[in-house]
Amino acid sequence: MALDSAHPATPAPATPAGQAPAERPSPTSRLRLLGTGDGVITLVLVVFLLVASFAVEGFASTRNTGFLLLDVVVIVLIALPLTLVIVTGEIDLSVASTVGLTSAVMGQLWFAGLPLEAIIPICLLLGGVLGAVNGLLVTRLGLPSLAVTIGTLALYRGLAFVVLGDRAVADFPRSWTTWALSGIGATGIPVVVVPLLVLIVLTGVVLHATPIGRSLYAMGNSEDAARFAGIDVGRTKLWLFVVTGVVAALGGVYWTLRYGSARADNAQGLELQVIAAILLGGVSIFGGSGGLVGVLAGALLLGSLRNALQLVNVPSDVLNIVTGALLIVAVVTPQIAARFRGRRPRGRPRTP
Amino acid sequence: MIPVPGETCQPRSTGVHIRVLSVASVTLDTAGRYPYGLRHTPCETFHTSEAVTLEPAPAHPAPGSVVLALEDVSKSFGAVAALRGARLELRAGEAHALVGENGAGKSTLVKILAGVHGPDSGRVLLDGAPVTLDNPAAARAAGIAVIYQEPTLFPDLSVAENIFMGRQPLTGGRRIDRRELAARCRALFERLGVTLDPDRPARGLSIADQQMIEIAKALSFDARVLVMDEPTAALSGVEVERLFTVARSLRSSGAAVLFISHRFDEVFDLCDRITVMRDGQWVSTDPATDLTVDQVVRRMVGREVASLFPKIDVEPGEVVLEVRGLTRVGVFADVSFDVRAGEIVALAGLVGAGRSEVVRAVFGVDAYDAGSVRVAGSQLRQGSPAAAMAAGLALVPEDRRQQGLVMELSVERNATLTRRWKLARFGLLSARSERATAADWTKRMQVKAGKLSDAVSTLSGGNQQKVVLAKWLSTDPRVLIVDEPTRGIDVGTKAEVHRLLSQLAADGMAVVMVSSELPEVLGMADRVLVMHEGRVVADIPRAQADEDSVMLAATGQAGRPAVAS
Repeated sequence: MALDSAHPATPAPATPAGQAPAERPSPTSRLRLLGTGDGVITLVLVVFLLVASFAVEGFASTRNTGFLLLDVVVIVLIALPLTLVIVTGEIDLSVASTVGLTSAVMGQLWFAGLPLEAIIPICLLLGGVLGAVNGLLVTRLGLPSLAVTIGTLALYRGLAFVVLGDRAVADFPRSWTTWALSGIGATGIPVVVVPLLVLIVLTGVVLHATPIGRSLYAMGNSEDAARFAGIDVGRTKLWLFVVTGVVAALGGVYWTLRYGSARADNAQGLELQVIAAILLGGVSIFGGSGGLVGVLAGALLLGSLRNALQLVNVPSDVLNIVTGALLIVAVVTPQIAARFRGRRPRGRPRTP
Repeated sequence: MIPVPGETCQPRSTGVHIRVLSVASVTLDTAGRYPYGLRHTPCETFHTSEAVTLEPAPAHPAPGSVVLALEDVSKSFGAVAALRGARLELRAGEAHALVGENGAGKSTLVKILAGVHGPDSGRVLLDGAPVTLDNPAAARAAGIAVIYQEPTLFPDLSVAENIFMGRQPLTGGRRIDRRELAARCRALFERLGVTLDPDRPARGLSIADQQMIEIAKALSFDARVLVMDEPTAALSGVEVERLFTVARSLRSSGAAVLFISHRFDEVFDLCDRITVMRDGQWVSTDPATDLTVDQVVRRMVGREVASLFPKIDVEPGEVVLEVRGLTRVGVFADVSFDVRAGEIVALAGLVGAGRSEVVRAVFGVDAYDAGSVRVAGSQLRQGSPAAAMAAGLALVPEDRRQQGLVMELSVERNATLTRRWKLARFGLLSARSERATAADWTKRMQVKAGKLSDAVSTLSGGNQQKVVLAKWLSTDPRVLIVDEPTRGIDVGTKAEVHRLLSQLAADGMAVVMVSSELPEVLGMADRVLVMHEGRVVADIPRAQADEDSVMLAATGQAGRPAVAS
């Protein structure tokens, strides 16, 4: 129709005058825009795993691999939706508190006599509501997500203590708790890795091969341009927060079963590790770039580093120091790299 | 109190020295003004509607000595020349108007005076000696103060703190001396005849009051050159009068006032001389008394409309876009128009007339308070660009870098962003189909790009605009809205864009074009809708549209008969 003849009848010669001095191509953006192409962190992970296998006694054992993966499962799980949130330029710091509150509610409901088959859907629903509170505050009231979720970080954790106090509910059925820890045959790889892999693939596809994924990168880079392209930025972000809440609740359920104990202070400080893993994986804290492969590598690197340090009896305070330092390194490194490459500054004087 | 002849008095509010000549009856003109433009001076010393003749005291320095001059100043941004050999000469004690179309280079010139941009070539002379204004502090040190249309004050600081930012008087203990601060501020306000509380926060002040604060700041620096860049655009009539009173008194005390405005009545009311600019070049400088509005308009637009615009004559089809009574309070009001298939309708007007705001509301990016938008007969849900796209609207926005493109993403991602759902199969996108579509459209639009996976920011402005057009044309719209389609792109690409728009209309697309470039409007449009201060004031068919008729309507003089060009 109209479009086919839209092509100018006489092909206008490309005007040499039309070639304004092109800005320098930025190699960084090309690498990052491939999404999954952040090979650096994967390389670091492989090197670290090799070194640790030889240098740290017991690191490469089947038993330890199982523990390592069990530790990483919840981090990876929550990192999945949170990666999408961070790609859009927002953040959710309340995920660990959602885990805690879900865990507390789960314990209280079990204590009240409900079957787990009923409790788990209630917990997921609760997670959705908690996420929606974040999302509504951010998208409807236009508040910065950092401020909102710092608030709900404290709020949800506080509610967890209101629900369960400092008690622990630990009499969950053995069949469930054993399942949470069981491995696939003799490999030492936990069974839960299988559903987790399904979720990883699902998230990867959504982020890298669907129209939704495309719109997430667009709004993360320029919310204005995304809106002008017909993307409903507010609604997308709201749903991302809801999904993050649901997945964090799922993490809370799993956490409770894995440790066989519902406590209000479960997973305290976990948000730090999740976000460190995501940023370590090459996702920009400012939104708009990064990919899921990098995030997985980041989570595994962080998890195995902590694991290796534990094996050589480093105290847990030092583990937190390492996590915090890695978080800063993850944020600072791309900036320094960009400076070395002489990347042009964002924006330049415009013509009047 | 009736003044005595021969007495020199200083009305408290203005700082102008006035000698009372006689207490004979004064001849007020028909508008009830005093001669010498002192009509609105709130003159507290003598409340005499009946009997004074006022004349500025001899203290008024004779206009003459040149304070500030620009000589052959050129400035380019990339490939776009904003100023080409511009000139300006400001004398002490004069109010000087700078007029020109949008894009004539006025703002660039102001930014050079303000030390925001440095000129590529040419000289800036202060009292005859060359100066380098390479940063705003240097301009301030040279005694140049710039007051923008919308001042940027610190809203949470007090009025006095805003004025004396960074130079607050200190007590012996190195603390800010609040009492002294307020006193100095009050002294300034007294000179200006402003009644503002120095201690109130700047938040919530009207734009007029904010400008007064900027002027007070300029006074506190002993500014000798006061540049006012469209200061009246957001002011009401009374506020304009107050501003002019202050400007006149500053002029009388020997300062040079550079006044930039699109409102000719104000220009002629306030200014002694008028400099006209066009296409970044100096056109003329003449005493205001030697000029008429029509002459100024003609000098502003007086260039040939390039015959490059390849407008194809099209018989318009049925109405595709109907806008009725669209109103957004404070931005635009009661905007109604129709666009037929095959028609190019231009929305002309000055910057700030509300044109971009209207098309953004039509497309659903902004909300509106009243009215309706119908596409091919069916009403469009407001506030939803997605719904507008589904109905067949496309908007190439004004700001390519912020709104049109996601600069950090690749050419192909940008080109296919609007079609992401259409390109997906079972919800999944394949890199191949995206690349094929992007390759197809970049080829059609003749985009010069290295690789499609390169960030779109690596392209030149013209090629970026072609990517934006590709992005929207690939949605197969019925109505294409283009907002400043050729702003900041080179001449060659400009012609390509014009040919494309013309061809699209010939093929039956309805095109709405917002443009501040008069030649483009006149060359391309079947009809010209002219907006002035948020309203459509004229609907001029192609045959009757010329520079004068459009410009007069755009400056709010639509009631006047159009002069022959």
